[in-house]
Amino acid sequence: MTEFELNGKPVTVDAAPDTPVLWVLRDYLGMTGTKFGCGKTLCRACTVYLDEVATFSCLLPLSSVQGRKITTIEGLQGRVAEAVQSAWDRIQVPQCGYCQSGQVMAATALLTQNPRPSDVDIDQTMQFNLCRCGTYRRIRRAIHEAAKALEAR
Amino acid sequence: MRSHPDVGRRQFLKVSLLAGGGLMLGVEFARPRESAAAISTFKPNAWISVHPDGRVSLVCPRNEMGQDVHTSLTMLLAEELAVDPQQVAVGEAPPDPVYINKLMGSQITGGSTSIRDAWEPLRKAGATARTMLVAAAAARWKVPAAECRADGGRVLHGDKSLAYGALAAEAARLPVPTQVTLKSAGGFKVIGKPLPRLDGADKARGRTIFGIDVRQPGMVYAALATCPVLGGRVVSFDATSAQKRAGVRKVVDIGEGVAVVADHYWIARSALGDVAIRWDEGPGAALDNAAIYAALEQAKDRPGALVKHAGDAAAVLARTKPIEARYTSQMLAHVTLEPPNCVALVSARGVDVWASTQFPQGAQAIAAQRAAVEPGQVRIYPQFIGGGFGRRLDVDFIGQAVAIAKAIPGTPVQLIWTREDDVTHDFYRPPSLHLLSAALEGGRIGAFAYKMISPSITNRMFPGAVKDGIDGFMTEGLVNFRYDIPHLELRTVIQEVGVAVGYWRSVSNALNAFAIESFVDELAHAAGRDPVAFRLAMLQGQPRQRAVLERAVAQAGFAAQSSGGRAFGVASMECYDSHLALVAELSGSGDRAKLEKLTYAVDCGIAVHPDQVVAQIEGGAVTGLINTLRSKVTISKGRVEQSNFDTFSIPRMPEVPPIEVTLTPGEATPGGIGEAGVPLVAPAIANALFALTGKRVRTLPLGDAGVTFV
Repeated sequence: MTEFELNGKPVTVDAAPDTPVLWVLRDYLGMTGTKFGCGKTLCRACTVYLDEVATFSCLLPLSSVQGRKITTIEGLQGRVAEAVQSAWDRIQVPQCGYCQSGQVMAATALLTQNPRPSDVDIDQTMQFNLCRCGTYRRIRRAIHEAAKALEAR
Repeated sequence: MRSHPDVGRRQFLKVSLLAGGGLMLGVEFARPRESAAAISTFKPNAWISVHPDGRVSLVCPRNEMGQDVHTSLTMLLAEELAVDPQQVAVGEAPPDPVYINKLMGSQITGGSTSIRDAWEPLRKAGATARTMLVAAAAARWKVPAAECRADGGRVLHGDKSLAYGALAAEAARLPVPTQVTLKSAGGFKVIGKPLPRLDGADKARGRTIFGIDVRQPGMVYAALATCPVLGGRVVSFDATSAQKRAGVRKVVDIGEGVAVVADHYWIARSALGDVAIRWDEGPGAALDNAAIYAALEQAKDRPGALVKHAGDAAAVLARTKPIEARYTSQMLAHVTLEPPNCVALVSARGVDVWASTQFPQGAQAIAAQRAAVEPGQVRIYPQFIGGGFGRRLDVDFIGQAVAIAKAIPGTPVQLIWTREDDVTHDFYRPPSLHLLSAALEGGRIGAFAYKMISPSITNRMFPGAVKDGIDGFMTEGLVNFRYDIPHLELRTVIQEVGVAVGYWRSVSNALNAFAIESFVDELAHAAGRDPVAFRLAMLQGQPRQRAVLERAVAQAGFAAQSSGGRAFGVASMECYDSHLALVAELSGSGDRAKLEKLTYAVDCGIAVHPDQVVAQIEGGAVTGLINTLRSKVTISKGRVEQSNFDTFSIPRMPEVPPIEVTLTPGEATPGGIGEAGVPLVAPAIANALFALTGKRVRTLPLGDAGVTFV
């Protein structure tokens, strides 16, 4: 049995300790907002926060999260997340949408650490998140928009 | 100019329709039984329901894969039904003849046809329903229908008003009018106006349910090992140790592979590693890239099929010393970010399938075949697609899920491919060889002969649709060739190479545009002409094509000569009934180039949802970069050498330059747009590279010629 905190609530999971957190979330806990894209942290559709740090759940073994906090897209909240998601709405970022949970998680983490990122800062963080539809330019615009909105508050 | 009749997509589609049973596997549609839905619900046709509580729903005949069909098709409906599109609930259609895409001959989402196909029928469906709701209100009020109007989901007369829901039951009893009048473009309130995507907010919050997110009660999971050699089959396997693992339900041989079914996906995946499989690698084991391109090369003297001609190009070219070139394109995988997956349930009730698919009818056919039931016993529930790009026109993974589920009846099984399964077992974009020959006359192209050689996707998927050696998808970029050249001969040669090939966003438009638009650039330089003026001179009778070319050039600040380490390349074409031009701007020198900007001008006629037309062009540009920069699939000893995003590398954010899209306002019937952004990227960049470095690259990806894009 592994116990951890998921989106603010305690959960207990009976799964093999090597099970990646991605599959624990999706199969055992029914949280399908976190996506499987590559299984090798190459696309980062599986981005979650582990103790508030953006982490890639497809290679993260269940055994390593005992007693720790995980946040998924379903539990993402706060002023930065709201600014990011409303910028995503204004700019109309998503196309197929499959990568967007990971993009929103990564962008929120970026703006939490760096409220006024430059294009280079955005590249450095967001280059790890693949978007097969090619929404990159809108993601960049939405991050700048969210930063502006946060500054104005 | 005399021209061979276009044997294009339309003709192919007609053939496909005539073939009827020639559709995938020759299986007919199964019509679902009418449910005993509330009689008071108003359902004037297959698309619309107006419920007594006022809800309006659309059965969307096309599948949402990012291209905006849920929203844009709802806009067509809402325009005429006079409802707020944001109040319309959208669901996806099951396989049914009424939902056939008439431009494709079957229930397919592809070919950039959704808007073009739905443009009239969906607006008529909306107008029909509105007319009946107005008639119901007029009857209730005892006033002439002509004095009533509809707006915002209500019928209005003077100061009286009734919501559609309150009229649903009465409208349902009225005869369906056979003729309705559609609004003219000037009166549009929804079409062409801004609107958030109906699926956008959910997608930004992880709430959208894609095929891979489907959960059914008692569902178990499957992982499948298929032969590392393309086309190989299982000989035997030993699953003794896999079966001992806790949570493993069953190990199943489905012919092309062995599946482990388990309570959870990770258990299935882990246990699969314990299964020892002996493969019959089959004839595919001899396949490699050199043999594939050698096969294309050997076909170069075959005449193939004449797609378009004027004058006598062969005779003119024989009299001169022609300028000749050969171009090649690589194979590509689709790498949809949502890997292939499917939930299947085989039970006494037949087969239930939940899947992300572009081809519900094909899904129904393959499911019926693999479960050995009638198509009428198969129900397909199409789901949001996490990327299509043509991959989900194929239904291999759906058949596999059904074959696995058949071995564990009564239990829903979700098959999920790994990324490695996906990259190594795709239906790849065809490799192609292009032979070009031209003679200049008076600073223009006087004669042009062209031959495109590639395997045929349509031969594999819809064999009945290839007639007289013409695959209507190989001729893309040729039937719509618009340069006025007195002596012209465009040919295609189908040459199979042993690889199962698939439709990849923009299909042959991308292949042919790279060769033709690069070669036209070569000819402009040979003629000592500016590449823009050179093209314009051959587009006298093509005002829309001229307009986009002039617009893109002006917008980009195009200059034919490089200066200050910057250079431009241009390309233009008509495709999917839309007109496009693209200018690529590069900087750098030698073999390290930086892509500075892509500037499009697009005339797609009436843009139904303009912001999402722009989004499709932006996305198409990035797909075009996959085709252009470095991505490729290669085969050695029958095995694909790439396996994941490390070895099949696709563009990431820093590599994607600003993409400026100018839509020229148009009154014409809408053209297709989902694929239109893709084809011009490679030739525009190759032409810019030549302007920058003097190096002409005639192979894709350009990176294979030693060019690094930074």
